[in-house]
Amino acid sequence: MFDYGRRMNEAGVLGVNRRNADFILKLNPRRLYPRVDDKVLTKKLALEAGMAVPELYGLISSQSEVRRLPQLVESLESFVIKPARGSGGDGILVISGQSYRRRGSYRLINGLLITESDLKHHASNVVSGQYSFGGNPDTALIEYCVKFDPMFAEVSYQGVPDIRIIVYRGYPIMAMVRLPTRTSDGKANLHKGAVGAGVDMGSGETLNGVLKNEVVDEHPDTGAAIAGLYIPHWDFILQSAARGSDVTGLGYLGVDIVIDRDRGPLILEMNARPGLNIQIANCAGLAHRLKRIDEIFDANADPVTRARIARREFAAERQTVLPLNGAA
Amino acid sequence: MTLRYVFALAGLLTAIGVSMFLYKWQVLGFPVTDNQKTPIWTIETAIRFDSGPGSIKANLQIPTLTPGFRMLHEYNVSKGFGFGLNYVSGGREAQWAVRRSDGSQTLYYRRVVYEDTGSDQSDTTPPFPPPPVINEPFKTAVDVIVSEVREHSADPASFTAELLRLANDPSPDANVELLLADARTSADFVQMITTILASARIPARMIRGIVLQDRQRRVEPLPWLEIHDGDRWRYFNPNTGEETLPDRYLIWWRGSEPLVRVEGGSNVEVNFAVQKNHLDSIAIAEQRAALEQSRLVDFSLFSLPIRTQAVYSVLLMIPVGALVMVVLRNVIGIDAFGTFMPVLIALSFRETQLFWGVLLFTLLVTLGLSIRFFLERLRLLLVPRLSAVLIVVVLLMLVISIVSHKLGMETGLSVALFPMVIIAMTIERMSVVWEERGATDAIRGVSGSLVVAIFAYLVMGMHWLEHLIFTFPELLLIILAAVLLLGRYTGYRLVELRRFKVLAGD
Repeated sequence: MFDYGRRMNEAGVLGVNRRNADFILKLNPRRLYPRVDDKVLTKKLALEAGMAVPELYGLISSQSEVRRLPQLVESLESFVIKPARGSGGDGILVISGQSYRRRGSYRLINGLLITESDLKHHASNVVSGQYSFGGNPDTALIEYCVKFDPMFAEVSYQGVPDIRIIVYRGYPIMAMVRLPTRTSDGKANLHKGAVGAGVDMGSGETLNGVLKNEVVDEHPDTGAAIAGLYIPHWDFILQSAARGSDVTGLGYLGVDIVIDRDRGPLILEMNARPGLNIQIANCAGLAHRLKRIDEIFDANADPVTRARIARREFAAERQTVLPLNGAA
Repeated sequence: MTLRYVFALAGLLTAIGVSMFLYKWQVLGFPVTDNQKTPIWTIETAIRFDSGPGSIKANLQIPTLTPGFRMLHEYNVSKGFGFGLNYVSGGREAQWAVRRSDGSQTLYYRRVVYEDTGSDQSDTTPPFPPPPVINEPFKTAVDVIVSEVREHSADPASFTAELLRLANDPSPDANVELLLADARTSADFVQMITTILASARIPARMIRGIVLQDRQRRVEPLPWLEIHDGDRWRYFNPNTGEETLPDRYLIWWRGSEPLVRVEGGSNVEVNFAVQKNHLDSIAIAEQRAALEQSRLVDFSLFSLPIRTQAVYSVLLMIPVGALVMVVLRNVIGIDAFGTFMPVLIALSFRETQLFWGVLLFTLLVTLGLSIRFFLERLRLLLVPRLSAVLIVVVLLMLVISIVSHKLGMETGLSVALFPMVIIAMTIERMSVVWEERGATDAIRGVSGSLVVAIFAYLVMGMHWLEHLIFTFPELLLIILAAVLLLGRYTGYRLVELRRFKVLAGD
């Protein structure tokens, strides 16, 4: 048991307690949390900084506005309703199309149809704060539904994969792709059953995946190999992530980026308490990389430089990749 | 830097907590374990006399220094008499006085003491006594005996032992016989011995005390001999010359004065009665602290009304539950709903007992959850829906109580002690998790909460711990220090060893 602990420490595994005490509490001041916890504010800040985000169609911030919802989405082919202060992907409803035969019914990504009243009830739940921390009243965002890049078609099941990048003091240090599965209900959240695949920081090539803390090498639904895919626009993605740190002011940050077929990489959201499963997906601990950044940190470096340094420092060749045997 | 502050603060809190604890435990004698009953003795002196018409003044010798015993309290019972305590040459005196009195009177003086072998009561070193003025032929006899005994002894103690041996000789020599001819009572005997010792310039006095035994009436004070060897007082059995003090011997007064003097009364009769009781050690510690005027105890829990004390005996265990919670969540890594929900559930387990508590909790949550799923279909807004769940929980509690009462299971009644708002919130949270993340996560969360609650209950239910915290609330400072330190625990959680097993190269 204690031997595990020692070996994990050597592998540089970052635990929850240490992440919270040494990084989140130290580098993420509480007053900056709204910048990432409130998706409306995140979007505004990102737009001001000239970063690409999914287009915002409208906001519903009170129960009376819920009635306006059908008009608001009338002309939209597809859209997403999400709570501004939701966490862990809870409360996100993705509408992939509207039924033309039956007016007032909407199609979910899994093909099911829901009624206008279902849609309104969901929006009303969001506004009343069902998905927000502490049940505080919330705002529902209606935004652009990302059309995913065909390169991920083989390795995702109904939904848009996203790329999670951990940014430490402005430097991207680790990345993974989250691939929706049938169990995750088309959502790219690991705790819902999505597959996480590590990404080589140097090249943007995917490594093996992890499903519920177990290493997998093929997608559970499609059977396609997860490793060996090259993520397009990798340079730009790392630069966007590095810029995300400047926008929010947070020193330990998770940046979620999706690649849209038409519009390229878009910042989906940012997270002040990014999860630790990314270490399993990459088969590497965060601690060594965090330490390396502390050694080479340069306060004057711009996002482009920081992204370049990250590619150089954390490329797979430099890593001592642990042998993968899939057994756990 | 922060870490150093945390350590310093934790160290400071621990130091304060430990030192207060040690002071109360070692100095004030608060018991660390429950059921420590200390025997206490109540000695009652009753003075009966007939008073003629006129004023009465009664003086009673009462204890001053009592090696081996400490006083808890003393009081007097007397109707219409003024009462006062005076210091006199032999020690202390209680004085009753009344201007006009007639008929038979009884005055009581009661003293409550407890044994404390560690009580050292320093006495003054007396000066060498002046040589007593003794008339012939006794003077010659005393001189002969003193010179004879001095031959066979080395110091005051051995002198006394030798003198007592001579005096108690079954076939005494002529000088001893002459001196002791008038000593009819053992008090007279001891008095004569002190006179001889005074001639040898050894400070000596007669002490009289009571051997404490339970349920005694009409106890006769037992005379004993006390001499000072220049360093400390030593006690001798006047009948054997042995240097010892009887077991449970409470020294009542010293010197040759009579126990009681009544001016204006006749047919004086004094009677001692002894009664043994057991008193909570806490009460003794408190009274002792009160005598020593310790401020610490003024602010202790025991100064609160009993009902409030009962509330605090429960409330003070919450920090212990919180500590268990911190360990289970941050060191072990068990998931639980809500931060303090498990501790509150554990509190209600105290009333229901563990088995029934778990059963009722499970029943309540299961029923509440199924009704919550039904409510979901009604599309209610959040706050009304939560209120509806709360009302349903209250109704369920009522139904469970009534049904179990009808079935003759009184334990079911204690369901009313569950924190219903907390349970309603748990049900709501669980149903959201159930829908969002599936039944597995929801059940894992609620069983995690239950596990934490059970652990917290087991620890909070330790009787000795409860007693310890209640008697020494300053121990909570140590718990606070432990929580602060755990707040800076950055090591792995136990469940993480499994979670990141792959990375450990396994």
